[in-house]
Amino acid sequence: MNFLEIKTVIFLAISLLTVFFGCVVAFSKNLVRSAFALLGVFAGVFGLYVLLSADFVAIIQLVIYIGGILVLILFAIMLTSKIEASSGKKFLVNKAVEPLPAIVGTLIVGALIVGAILRTRWQTFGAERFAATTSAIGNKLLREYLLPFELVSLILVLVLVGAIVLARREVK
Amino acid sequence: MQVEFFIIVGAALFLLGLYTCLTRTNAIAILMGIELILNSAALNFVAFSHFRQNNISGHIMALFIIVLAAAEAVVAFAILLAIYKRFNGIDTQKTVTLKE
Repeated sequence: MNFLEIKTVIFLAISLLTVFFGCVVAFSKNLVRSAFALLGVFAGVFGLYVLLSADFVAIIQLVIYIGGILVLILFAIMLTSKIEASSGKKFLVNKAVEPLPAIVGTLIVGALIVGAILRTRWQTFGAERFAATTSAIGNKLLREYLLPFELVSLILVLVLVGAIVLARREVK
Repeated sequence: MQVEFFIIVGAALFLLGLYTCLTRTNAIAILMGIELILNSAALNFVAFSHFRQNNISGHIMALFIIVLAAAEAVVAFAILLAIYKRFNGIDTQKTVTLKE
């Protein structure tokens, strides 16, 4: 098989896994199963970042998305699942509203997006040898992108304070 | 491995996240759909960066997207905990308090 490189095979495998886990997130009735399929999506996107030679972004995806946001999601599921006192059942079934308008809307948006993708003449030129991106990212963050960097740190402080205020116990 | 393949994968994730946002009544599931959408956007940026000779601005944009998604998830779950205390549940169809 000389028309199918190993890189394309790996790309197809990872992207099919990612889309499959995304389908489990979208269509599953169990909330915890959706959360763990979301873990699969994040891991698949991590694999795609590695294929795109984005090493720093891939590690950040692993640490922050899987290690931070997904753990936060699981904590939220744990804290907000109502446990009936008498029978000990947990209400984790994910009800869905009537899906027909959502299906039609999603298909229309999908047709527009995929049509736009296939019609564009993408002007790409490939990369040379892979170079480690971390020092280049640090360089850009402290020179051209200094203002967004500082603003993002300000946002993080605001988010911390705001989240504590929102979720604290009322002191009577 | 051309750029269209990666963008179509990003578009598929975007559509799945959109469907999740639109059909679920559980607030946590809606937030999971938003995370899917943000992931697809970051994947798009990194794909474009790779096919333009590793222009590092795409990676920086992906990093900002990841950081802002984390911040937004924190605030969203704080609001969710407050709603859970008030309404004793997070079904979004039961948190309607507008008078008829």
